[in-house]
Amino acid sequence: MSQPKRPRVALFVTCLVDMFRPTVGFAAVGLLTEAGCDVEVPQAQTCCGQPAYNSGDRETAKRMARSVIAAFEGYDWVVVPSGSCGAQIVKDYPLLLDGEPGWAARARALSSKTREIVSFLVDEMGFSPTDVRFEGKVTYHDSCSGLRSLGVKAQPRALLGNVEGLELVEMADPDVCCGFGGTFCVKNPEISGKMVSDKTANAAATGAGTLLAGDLGCLMNMAGKAQREGRPLKARHVIEVLAGMADGPAIGEGRE
Amino acid sequence: MSAEEPTSRRFKENVREAMADQSLQKALRAAGGGFVAKRSAAAGAVPEFEAIRDAGRDLKNHVLGHLDLYLAEYEGKVTAAGGHVHWAETAEDMRRIVLDICRKAGARTVNKGKTMISEEAGINGFLEDNGITPVETDLGEYIIQLRHEHPSHIIAPAIHVPAEEVETLFREKHTHLPADRNLDDLSTLLSEARTILRKKYFEAEVGITGANMLIAETGQSVIVTNEGNGDLSQSLPKVHIVLASLEKIVPTLEDAATVLRLLARSATGQEMSVYTTFSSGPRRAEDPDGPEEYHVVLLDNGRTEMVGTEFQEMLRCIRCGACMNHCPVYQAVGGHAYGWVYPGPMGAVLTPSLIGVEEGGLLPNASTFCGRCEAVCPMRIPLPKMMRHWREREFERNLAPKAARYGIRLWAFFAERPALYRLATRAAMFVLGKLGGKRGRFAKLPLAGGWTDHRDFPAPEGETFMAAWAKAEKTKAAR
Ligand code: SF4
Repeated sequence: MSQPKRPRVALFVTCLVDMFRPTVGFAAVGLLTEAGCDVEVPQAQTCCGQPAYNSGDRETAKRMARSVIAAFEGYDWVVVPSGSCGAQIVKDYPLLLDGEPGWAARARALSSKTREIVSFLVDEMGFSPTDVRFEGKVTYHDSCSGLRSLGVKAQPRALLGNVEGLELVEMADPDVCCGFGGTFCVKNPEISGKMVSDKTANAAATGAGTLLAGDLGCLMNMAGKAQREGRPLKARHVIEVLAGMADGPAIGEGRE
Repeated sequence: MSAEEPTSRRFKENVREAMADQSLQKALRAAGGGFVAKRSAAAGAVPEFEAIRDAGRDLKNHVLGHLDLYLAEYEGKVTAAGGHVHWAETAEDMRRIVLDICRKAGARTVNKGKTMISEEAGINGFLEDNGITPVETDLGEYIIQLRHEHPSHIIAPAIHVPAEEVETLFREKHTHLPADRNLDDLSTLLSEARTILRKKYFEAEVGITGANMLIAETGQSVIVTNEGNGDLSQSLPKVHIVLASLEKIVPTLEDAATVLRLLARSATGQEMSVYTTFSSGPRRAEDPDGPEEYHVVLLDNGRTEMVGTEFQEMLRCIRCGACMNHCPVYQAVGGHAYGWVYPGPMGAVLTPSLIGVEEGGLLPNASTFCGRCEAVCPMRIPLPKMMRHWREREFERNLAPKAARYGIRLWAFFAERPALYRLATRAAMFVLGKLGGKRGRFAKLPLAGGWTDHRDFPAPEGETFMAAWAKAEKTKAAR
C-alpha cells in the first residue's frame, strides 16, 4: 500500500503548552497543515508522564505511557512541540514497557512514528516556511532532550534561515542546560537559578531581542529569569516564529 | 573528613555555602570551559573516537562478567613476579593492611601519588593518627594537603583553589624561601613545589600510588600523571604499595591501550598524559632501581554488590572526570558540595551505591537529566538513567520527601482522568490568566517559592489549548 497523500498526524500538545501557551498548539496545527498533514488532536491526552518518571514513580509513568499509546497509536505520525516530551515517548516508553507482553511492541511502534515538531517538518515533510517575516535578531537555545536524545539541532536553524528579516545570532554554550529540568528547578532552586542566569546572560550578550527554543518548560524558566533580571529579552517557542504567529505577547509578557 | 564523615546528607546547605563562596565561584569560572573545549578538540581529532568508546564499553562489560577470572589471573602474575596482592573488602580492611605494611617497613614518612582510592579509604588521616606522615606528591594534592582539604575533582583535586591563593599559601608555608621570590605564574609555583617535594622523595620509606588500570595478562599496574610524581613515589622508596579498586582490571595490554586512548582525551584533552607508568613488581636482580617490596591492595567496598544490578554499568568508569567537567550542576557548586569522595554525575551515582542512599540520596536528585555527561562519557555510562534508578529506589522505599510524593500523586490523579483534568486545568488557567492580568507574570505565587525566589512565573494565556481547540472545531462543524 502506498502512503496516503496527506498523512494523518496526531498532535500531542503537551501539558505545558495546553495550559500555558495555547498559541504554540495553534502554531503547530498551522505548520503541520501547511506542510501537508491532516492534523487531529486526540481528546484523551493529558501529559506524557515525565514528571512521575523523573521523580522515581515508575508505576505511574508506565500507566501514563500505556494511556498515551492507546490514544495515539492509530495515527500515521505523532508530533510533539517539545523535545523533552517527544524523547519521553520515543526513547523512554520502550524502556519503561520493555518486557510487558503486548505493550512492549506497541511502545516500540509508537516510538518509531513519534517526532519532535521541527525535526518532523524538516526530516519527514521536507517543509520550509514561505512568506514568513520576523524583524530582528534572535538567538536559539538547544533544549537538552531535543538536542541529545533526538538530534534536533540543524533543523530549527535551517527553518529560521528561511524567515525573512530574521537574523540568527548564536549565543555562547547554546547546548548547555538552562536549569529547568522539570521538578529540578523547584527541588534545587539555587543551582537552577544560577544555571538560568548564566543562560540569560549568554543570550543577552548576543544583542538579540528574542530568545527562541523548542521546549516550553525551558522557555518559561528563561523568560521568568530574564524578566526578573529586567533584561529586554522576549522568549518564544521557535514554532511561533516559524508559523508567523509571533505578534502577540511573548511568554510572561503582559497584554497591552 | 571525606571518607570518615560524609556530608552528602547536607547537600542543600553545602550548595548554599558553595554558591556564596566567592573564591570557589571565581576558581570555577576560571576553570570553566577549558576542559570542555580541549576534550572536544581531542575527540574530534580522532576519526574513530566513537568506535573506541564502543570498544571501551564492550571491553569493560566483558570484564565485569568475568571479574573473578581476571582478578585471579592478575593475582597469579603479581605473585609470580614476587609481589603481594591483598584483598580489602572494606575501607577499614584497606586502612589496616596499609598500616601493617608501613609498620613492617618502619615507615615514618609515606610518599603518595594521586589516588582517589586512598581518599575513599581515608588512608591519610589514618596514617597520621598512627604517627606516619603522608606526603602528597601531586601538585594539586600537595596544595590541598597544605590547606587540610580533600580533592574537589577526581583529576584536578585543587580546581577549587584560585591561583593567587596558591601563591599566598606557598608564601605562608614555605617560610624558608626568600620572601621576595617571584611566584607570579603557574610554572614558578610548580617548580617551587617540585623542589620541595623532590627532597621528600628521598626521605620516605614507603611510596603509595593509585592505579588507572591493572592488567591481568601481565600483572602490571598502570598509572598516568602529568608531573611524573607517580614514577618517583614508586621507584625511590623501599616499599611500593598500589591502591586500586578491583574493577580497574583489564584483560590484556592491548585492552589497556584502548582505555589509554580514551582516558587522557576525555580527561584533559591530551592525546596521552605526559607520563604513563607500568609497574610489574619488586626490583629484579638486573633492574637498576625499583622497590624491594611490591604490594597491591584491592578494594571492594561494595563494588561486587553492584555487579548484576542496574548500577553495574557504573563500574565501567575510568575516572576521567569528563562527566563533571561537562556538568552544569558541578560547575555551579564545585566538588565539595557533594559531600564525599566522588563528585559530579559519577559521584551522584556512586555515592549512594558505596555509602548508602540514606546518606547520598540527594545527589542523584540534583540533576536536570540534561544528558551532557552521558554524551561525553568515554565508557558510555548512562549516568542520568542510573540517577533515575536511585530516585526509583527512594520512591519505592518511601524515602522521597512527602511533599514530592503527594505532589506527584495528586497530579497523577488528574492526569490519568482526561475529562476531569480538562475541567481542572481549564479553571486553573482561567484564574491564573486573570490574576496574571496585564503584567503577564507573577513575582510571587503561593506554593511556588522554589520558582519565584529566583525568577518570575509566566502567567498562562488564559484559555487552555484543548478548550480553545474544541471551540474552534465546533465553529468549523457549524459552518
Ligand atoms: S562516569 Fe564516565 S565521564 Fe565520568 S569519570 Fe567515569 S568514565 Fe569519566
